[in-house]
Amino acid sequence: MGRFLLRRLLIAIPAVLGISVVLFTVLALAPGDPFAEMALNPNVPPEVQANLRKQFGLDDPIWQRYFRWLLAMLQGDWGFSFISRVDVDALIWARVPVTLAVIGASQVLALMIALPVGIYSAARPYSWFDRIASTFAFVGFSLPTFFTGLLLILLFSIKLDWLPFVFRADIPGTGWAWWSAHIKQAIMPVLVLGLFQGASWTRYVRSAVLDVIRLDYVTTARSKGLRERAVILKHVVRNAMIPVVTLVALTMPQVFGGAIVTEQIFRVPGIGSLLIDAILRNDTPVVMAVTFVLSILVILFNLIADLLYAWLDPRISYR
Amino acid sequence: MANGSAAMHERLLRDWVDDVGAGRLARRDFVARLSAIGIAAPLAAALLAASGVALAQPQPTYKPTRRGGGGTLKLLFWQGPTLLNPHFGIGAKDQEGAALFYEPLARYDADGNLVPVLAAEIPSRANGGISGDGRSTVWKLKKGVRWHDGRPFTADDVVFNVAYATDPKTAATTLASYENIAGATWIDAETVRFDFEKVSPVWQRGATIKIVPKHVFEAYGGARSRDAPANLRPVGTGPYRFVDFKPGDLLRGEIHRDYHAPNRPHFDSVELKGGGDATSAARAVLQTGEYDFAWNLQVEDDVLTRLEAGRKGRVVACPSGDVEVIQINHADPSTEVDGERSSPTSRHPILGDRAVREALTLLLDRKSIQGFVYGRAGVATPNFLNNPSRYNSPNVKDEFSVARADAVLDAAGWKRGGDGVRVKDGRRLKLLFQTSINSLRQKVQNIYKQSCAKAGIELELKAITPAVFFSSDVANPDTYGKFLADLQMYAVAGRPPEPTTFMQWFVSWQAAGKANKWQGVNRGRWRSDEYDRLFRASEVELDPVKRTALLIAMNDLVCREHAIIPVVYRPSMYGLGRQLVAPLSGWDTALSSIAEWYAEA
Repeated sequence: MGRFLLRRLLIAIPAVLGISVVLFTVLALAPGDPFAEMALNPNVPPEVQANLRKQFGLDDPIWQRYFRWLLAMLQGDWGFSFISRVDVDALIWARVPVTLAVIGASQVLALMIALPVGIYSAARPYSWFDRIASTFAFVGFSLPTFFTGLLLILLFSIKLDWLPFVFRADIPGTGWAWWSAHIKQAIMPVLVLGLFQGASWTRYVRSAVLDVIRLDYVTTARSKGLRERAVILKHVVRNAMIPVVTLVALTMPQVFGGAIVTEQIFRVPGIGSLLIDAILRNDTPVVMAVTFVLSILVILFNLIADLLYAWLDPRISYR
Repeated sequence: MANGSAAMHERLLRDWVDDVGAGRLARRDFVARLSAIGIAAPLAAALLAASGVALAQPQPTYKPTRRGGGGTLKLLFWQGPTLLNPHFGIGAKDQEGAALFYEPLARYDADGNLVPVLAAEIPSRANGGISGDGRSTVWKLKKGVRWHDGRPFTADDVVFNVAYATDPKTAATTLASYENIAGATWIDAETVRFDFEKVSPVWQRGATIKIVPKHVFEAYGGARSRDAPANLRPVGTGPYRFVDFKPGDLLRGEIHRDYHAPNRPHFDSVELKGGGDATSAARAVLQTGEYDFAWNLQVEDDVLTRLEAGRKGRVVACPSGDVEVIQINHADPSTEVDGERSSPTSRHPILGDRAVREALTLLLDRKSIQGFVYGRAGVATPNFLNNPSRYNSPNVKDEFSVARADAVLDAAGWKRGGDGVRVKDGRRLKLLFQTSINSLRQKVQNIYKQSCAKAGIELELKAITPAVFFSSDVANPDTYGKFLADLQMYAVAGRPPEPTTFMQWFVSWQAAGKANKWQGVNRGRWRSDEYDRLFRASEVELDPVKRTALLIAMNDLVCREHAIIPVVYRPSMYGLGRQLVAPLSGWDTALSSIAEWYAEA
């Protein structure tokens, strides 16, 4: 187990380095530069722009910039945003709580929908419940989030005037007022993301459970006289969860990465909106930091998924 | 001819100004006469003030009779400020954020006139602020102004700001706003003098730059500027004190109880939320009333009109100098000269013919473009220099006539070919028209293509993603600086109201090319000795009447020679909640007047 872990971690190092090279090159080759906005302002002469480019080392060759970035990153220096003139880690940390809260809540909602609905549908395939659940699931993951987001805004904010559609991270106040304001503004983004994710997960859970439920050992468990509830929860679900765990583990980095489109619609100040703003303004250090952390998280959660298999299925061993 | 009309204007204006000064002509009649020759009312203010005829300072009406009590003012920006040091602002959004906390010596009002903020009065000839030789401006500072930390604001701070921003190591983006300022001199604690390098009529230089406190930023000049903690925690003189800032997202301020203007500000706190898109920002103010103010509504006008039907708010259009133009390439984009296409030394084989340019101008249906594309967000104009209205020329007419365009082209020897497209000397009248990807501009492209086709001109349309089109990337052929097409359309930013920078657009030494890495602002590469001469004269002409006449003559020359085709001038569009009263100006940041904002009961 220990050796397995070590080996996996060592393999991850070249992967991470490779990812960083690709990211950096793509960003460097993309058109535009962080000070492009200045070019449109007649009061900022081109010399100022050139001077800033020089100061921030943007005129050096790509490989020099890459190694400078890598060395700094190894020393824990995440760099410095060209646009805000703030350290990148400070920018990211400011956005983490909101992202975790909103995206985390939506993933929990998704799981809370997907697990019971998926399992119940599979236990009674082609029943009325299953058909209705499937229809809703297809509708749910066919509608893009920007569409459902706008629909909810039109309904709840404009027609009914119940919920605000501009998300504010720091609401003044304490106690119940604070909580209710936060919950009210989070309802729509969490619903949009949670229902979308939940819809597709429901289908996965259903098919995973269906694969297992017809196996002989399940029939054996039933013929032993176990109650249906025990058969499903103890025997079927535990085995059916293996592919679902992989899926959920791999989407966990999203909790950190945020949801770009939904965050933009509801103005949720999460990592996703930070990333899209940074990309639009060519703020390379921020884009690098966010995408790099995301790729590390993907690798990490892959590893965690592998470790979880062993717990769910003792037949899987690590050598 | 241009000199002739400039001289005529000047003589007339001068006689009238003298008459007002001597009491022979009422001020109201003076304004009426000016509008008769096509120059609007605000010119009166400028001309009379500059000529030593006393004039009351324009005062915005402000009703609240005590400080505070207005609750929270909620501002919605689809682009949130990312930094708060006014000397580092990259775009307009950053200047807006800084405007809550920092103040300049003076700000521009809606007519493009200066209103004192930290200054006690606006310099003029009469009060001795503007020197007769055009070499310096003396600013008297307001007494009793305190920084948010309680320290007094003095001339030292103003002197420090000039030194701080003009140090190249600071990498300040305000560097150019202090252009031609050799330095600031401390005269006494309440007086400071800006000395100019060259004689210049632009005495306003540096007036609208927000001032940061010396005692906070002194230790962080030059290369250390980025380490200053106050870059993110501003200490200013403004109506609001800093509370909290999350770059790109949220900015909060609370009332500054020691603010220097009486009964101001009206609101107890202010909250600026950034992010999202312009349309939903408009919706949050106009339709749901969730916010009080939406910034820079670059939204199609019919959408705004529909949102306004909610009656929760209204759209305000403020005239500014921004003008949307179709730029003509006077250099040849198809031939390489010294390894460079569109070289400023070359001449366009088709557009070098004035008749073609005249036809192109006649084929632009500006009225329809205003009516069907821009609405309130674009006012049809045949002039390049439109605002402030004192500089607006009455001599250029807007004419749309396919028949006349046909006649002009026929007379110049462009004969229709078999496919309806005109030909001369074996050359087809076919032009490449590029712009940035933008639904409004692309609609204009299509309207123009249709009317050109009627007159036998074939337009090929091209739209380029804005990040590329507006970039200064030397390696990319699709930038507006390189202009490797025949026509291109975009908006020219016209701030400040003082049009010297703006009129550099046609001077020969600004022609964009390889030599200046395509950074010159004369991207059409039009050259005219007459224009150069007029521009040079306007740079040193201290008499405001003569100077106005010169600027109008420059505009007329550009339009008469069809060096460029102006389309519409574009007011700044803002969304205001029903109760909010805000004296907005298209010449300054929207929040420059934030101290004067209040909500009607």
